[in-house]
Amino acid sequence: MKIFGEKGVERLLSIVAFSAISALALIALFIFIEGLPFLFKYGAKDFLFSSDWRPESGKFGIYPMISASFWVMLGAMLVGAPLGIAGAIFLAEFTPKTVMHIVKPAIELLAAVPSVIYGFIGVVVLAPIIREIFGGPGLSVLAGAIILGIMILPTVISISIDSILAVPVSFREGSLALGATVWQTVHMLTIKAAKSGIVASIILGMGRAIGETMAVIMVTGNSVMIPNSPLDSARTLTANIALEMSYATGMHREALFATGVVLFIVIIILNSIASVAIRKKVIVK
Amino acid sequence: MKKYLLLFCFITAVIFLGCGKGKVSVTLAGSTAFQPFAEKIADEYMKANPNITITVQGGGSAVGIQSANSGAAQIGMADLVKLPDEAKELTPTVVAQDGIAIIVNPKNKIENLSTEQLRDVFNGKIKNWKEIGGMDSPITVVSREAGSGTRSSFEKILTGIRLVNNAVIQNSNGTIRETVANDENSVGYISHGILNEKVKALKIDNIECTTESIIAKNYILVRPIFLLTKEVPEGEVKKFIDYILTEEIQAMIKKDGLLPAK
Amino acid sequence: MRIPPKYTQMGAIVILGAATVFTVAILIFIIIFVLEKGLPILSFNFLFTNPTDMGRSGGILPILIGTVLLPVLAIIVAAPLGIGTSVYLVEFTHESRITRLIRFGTDCLAGVPSIIFGLFGFIFFVTILGMGWSIMSGGLSLAFMILPTIIRTSEEAIRSVPKAYREVSFSLGASRWQTVRKVVLPNALPGVVTGVVLGVGRSIEETAVVIFTAGSSLLIPTSLFDSTRTMAVHFYILAREGLSMDNAYGTAASLIIAVLIVNLSAYWMMHRFIARRN
Repeated sequence: MKIFGEKGVERLLSIVAFSAISALALIALFIFIEGLPFLFKYGAKDFLFSSDWRPESGKFGIYPMISASFWVMLGAMLVGAPLGIAGAIFLAEFTPKTVMHIVKPAIELLAAVPSVIYGFIGVVVLAPIIREIFGGPGLSVLAGAIILGIMILPTVISISIDSILAVPVSFREGSLALGATVWQTVHMLTIKAAKSGIVASIILGMGRAIGETMAVIMVTGNSVMIPNSPLDSARTLTANIALEMSYATGMHREALFATGVVLFIVIIILNSIASVAIRKKVIVK
Repeated sequence: MKKYLLLFCFITAVIFLGCGKGKVSVTLAGSTAFQPFAEKIADEYMKANPNITITVQGGGSAVGIQSANSGAAQIGMADLVKLPDEAKELTPTVVAQDGIAIIVNPKNKIENLSTEQLRDVFNGKIKNWKEIGGMDSPITVVSREAGSGTRSSFEKILTGIRLVNNAVIQNSNGTIRETVANDENSVGYISHGILNEKVKALKIDNIECTTESIIAKNYILVRPIFLLTKEVPEGEVKKFIDYILTEEIQAMIKKDGLLPAK
Repeated sequence: MRIPPKYTQMGAIVILGAATVFTVAILIFIIIFVLEKGLPILSFNFLFTNPTDMGRSGGILPILIGTVLLPVLAIIVAAPLGIGTSVYLVEFTHESRITRLIRFGTDCLAGVPSIIFGLFGFIFFVTILGMGWSIMSGGLSLAFMILPTIIRTSEEAIRSVPKAYREVSFSLGASRWQTVRKVVLPNALPGVVTGVVLGVGRSIEETAVVIFTAGSSLLIPTSLFDSTRTMAVHFYILAREGLSMDNAYGTAASLIIAVLIVNLSAYWMMHRFIARRN
């Protein structure tokens, strides 16, 4: 190890860091370089707001996909957030410590179930049920929302539990000393104090929901239409890229990169919101 | 110290792996209709020729054309009625013909559709099975993605089809078969070569989708299967393509549901 | 009329408890659904023979190999790069606009949909660089995908080592690198290892990126430029094409077990390090 002096190591590490960061920058730049010219050539307005997606005729409107991604993500929130937060509160505040120490890691392990398996269960279990009860193809926004909601549960529960547990014990003790019940303490005090962490967990879940590809390709039906009801089949932005990228050429391919740019920007926005929420937490403390 | 030894061993192993031991490798990519057949034929070929590795990928006919052009695959598989402009630099060889079967769920009582009705169903003009003599439920159209050879051929032969926009899209022949097998209200199209008892093939204009009716040119939904190469096939690629065109393999293809190249 | 707090609390417990039980039940149902149908299929034969007839029969040996090779290649590339980068950023640079920008960038890339890495990998590695569908293309694409996560978790782990540790080391005359090597890294190891293991887990379960960059060959790979299939891809293809539900469930069961093993070892390693230091 004497071969590397102190300066040598620092230089080596700087090269490593530089290569890693340039590699990542390469990807981001690649996507933007391939996608942005398309936005100018074709027109961002037509791209984002037209619902005419017919690549063979040179039409690249992704509004149906934006709509589908939005509704699937919203639905996943409606399923995952209440269940997740409820579960987190219950496990953190109303169960003995040992129960939580077993259940929480167990749930985190369940987060490791691959998305194709969730998608598969959506196709063989959930879609037929939706078809039976509501009619329609079963492969729908609703199926996508439910499956994604289930997929983000471990994330929401785990991070929310961490946030709730991070609330200082003194807050709770003060409240209980004043005669409040545990539930009153929880909903009037603890949750408000843990709010930013809980919000961050939901935003992380949203990020995961928007980015999911395999499960949605399997259960949402992939139609190119603006979903008018949860029972309609629809195609998300990620599914669109996955379905067409292996054969798209020319402007079609650029349109898919432009879709990547859109997804990138959405993630940047979500991340910024999350970091603002977390910064607020630091100030409150 | 131990860490570096481990790393060294691993790097040598990786380099060793990376050399590939001088095996020649041919990659086919494209048509999901021909893919199962290509894989079976490749298995047989590799048994007789252990020095060659033949890999088959799917993705649809457009992937076949594109990967042949880009060199990602040595042979592109495309099942198209007419090869598009993108393929004009490539050399096509017909290795088989295939019928497109219109399938519905076995529980569906419909047996036959006219070409008019078929067109209207996929256009979305006919929305309910009862309009064509079936049960009272909305029709779920299942189709392939835009780059599919089966889909382009289907839409070209039938003319005048603009797929209804609430059609469910799946990305391979096998997936369409599974979807139709599970949804009583659905209708889709798949390669005749992969029909099985889970789905029911319809008659079109009262003509069944069978090898005989296709050979007799009565059943109209047929397309050739092309193997596309960047130049005129030579070397290992030529040997494999010739192998597919031998009587033995063509008979096997016919037995399994495709038609020989004729 | 005001309901006494005692009763609102009982109501809350019932509702929250029901939600929790429901959630846990769903998650358990999914695992049991797959394992119940899949475990009976698992056998020595299944794991160590080749698939035949497109996977309708036979086993999953080449697929097991692929499932090991791809994440391993990804980690070999991403772990040194990622850990080295975070060490450099935290220990050898000062907090500045650039480092904040880098952190924001890696955070975003860690959250970007994985399909984008598939798109990049397909266009860049498979097509432009001409590597074709191969373990190389797949491994490198996966490496890019997990690199941001490894940088992020390593950075957090390194940052959480108390400043005091470093100051003591410096006051004893150690150089910066010696401090990193002997003080910071050993203490940050649990967090760093977690990040690496998370990366491995993600590579094993990732399907879209693998199909588009490593292809779906069923043959035993003999070189880094051969195409291969992972268990997630194999399960997807078997299940969606209806080739063999039995084998699909068997593959799914192996996949779940593999991921569980990876995650459990992460926990075990973490606890061992924490225990050792206490």
